Amino acid sequence: MNNIFLWCFSPFVEYLFMRRALVACMAIVLSSAPLGVILIQRRLSLMGEALSHGTLPGIAIAYLVVGMWLPALTLGGALAGLCVVMFSHFIAKRTILEEDASFSSFYMIALALGVLILSLKEGSIRLVHLLFGSVLAVDAPSLLFMALVSTVTILILMVIYRPLIYECFDPQFMQSLRLPSGVYNFIFLSLVVANLVAAYQALGTLMALGIMMVPAVTARLLSKRLTHIFLASIILALLASYVGLVFSYHFNWPSGPTIILVAGCFYILAILYTLGRG
Amino acid sequence: MLLFSHLSHIYQQTYALKDLNLHLPQHTLTAIIGPNGAGKSTFLKIIAGLLKPTQGHFSCQSKLNLAYLPQQSSLDKTFPLTVKDVVAMGLWPQIGMIQSVTSSQNRALEQAIQTVGLKGLEHHNLHTLSGGQFQRLLFARMMVQDADILLLDEPFAAVDEPTTTDLLGLLKQWHHQGKTILAVMHNVNLVRQYFPHTLILAKEVVAYGPTASVLTRDSLLRAHLREGLG
Repeated sequence: MNNIFLWCFSPFVEYLFMRRALVACMAIVLSSAPLGVILIQRRLSLMGEALSHGTLPGIAIAYLVVGMWLPALTLGGALAGLCVVMFSHFIAKRTILEEDASFSSFYMIALALGVLILSLKEGSIRLVHLLFGSVLAVDAPSLLFMALVSTVTILILMVIYRPLIYECFDPQFMQSLRLPSGVYNFIFLSLVVANLVAAYQALGTLMALGIMMVPAVTARLLSKRLTHIFLASIILALLASYVGLVFSYHFNWPSGPTIILVAGCFYILAILYTLGRG
Repeated sequence: MLLFSHLSHIYQQTYALKDLNLHLPQHTLTAIIGPNGAGKSTFLKIIAGLLKPTQGHFSCQSKLNLAYLPQQSSLDKTFPLTVKDVVAMGLWPQIGMIQSVTSSQNRALEQAIQTVGLKGLEHHNLHTLSGGQFQRLLFARMMVQDADILLLDEPFAAVDEPTTTDLLGLLKQWHHQGKTILAVMHNVNLVRQYFPHTLILAKEVVAYGPTASVLTRDSLLRAHLREGLG
């Protein structure tokens, strides 16, 4: 009994970087899990992919130009993510391609470009860390940044929650009331980008979207009430972060994939439960 | 008064509406009928501000305070909201983005839910509702919204007969309260029974006026209206 207790808590008691990683994950999931719920309700999960993978070349270029300086990397990632979304949107409007097809090709191109740019400056930054996260990378400034992004996101979500949900359910209703629906959509997508770039240090650019989407999808399976879905997604994401970090510590696995895999286990359990219930 | 002058709407290189000239007086209950692709939905959407006319213009005397009821099929019925959540959307003009619902507004919500016959289902999820119940729900939202102009796009498609009768009764009542109502309809018999005015559209105005004088075999044929000739 005592051993299990130690196994679960000792990493955090003994090491500052583990405590930081845990607090960082908890901060970021408080805001990114609700964003994920809204993303899937708006059927925008693919845009989420484009945003998250699109950040990589921006981070890579910023790294080449200014080196390992967090604000620059963050800004580069955010700008690149927004560019991918705007390009895909533009291409889908001007050609016969559906939006999902243009999203897919753009984020693949962005990902390839990012990996290529990073490999140009070899050795100095571990590509694996950038893609999959490294708990060691979470220092005090980046922890503060995550907490800030999370707080601001939750506050803004509180304010625009009603129009966001209404527009998602019945966009024509909002338009008929002469409301500027594009503004809420833009604020929402900006929040998604901010959360993705805030999460990439602990989870990596490839996995940051996972903590947003997987718990949200699981929660959607388990509940039919919007408030319950929000709550469940946050609880599942918190649990996955904690369990994932413990495993990644003891088995020396990269933190991002481990956390997402734990969330993935919850998802599979939820599917089995739903199927079993009929 | 709603005024359309030389109004056209072009969608994918074809006319959805062509050179429309019409004025609709206030406080009227009007059915809009016409064959498929006659631009009936486009017509409502232009009034609602969801679409802009390609040519010509649409204007109205007073400030537009309108409620738009979309085709049922355009809404996602698996969306995780309850009956009361959706009816409360109608409070938006009063409470906006951040105000909470007051107790008198809450009573108005419950009153609306009762009027459309959904009492007891307040906390049910949307996916549990039948087509008829869903339409009752949208009418309750409209009631809470309390707009002067009501635009309804095929409100009785996929709706059972008792619901249709109930909701038509509500439309009649709202008409008597002085609201201006425009509804896209399919069933000509219901139009004869309930709607004082009728507009027949086939990309342009085929006929407009009191229902009895408009709904003639001649004008229906001109609009190539085959369904529901009865």
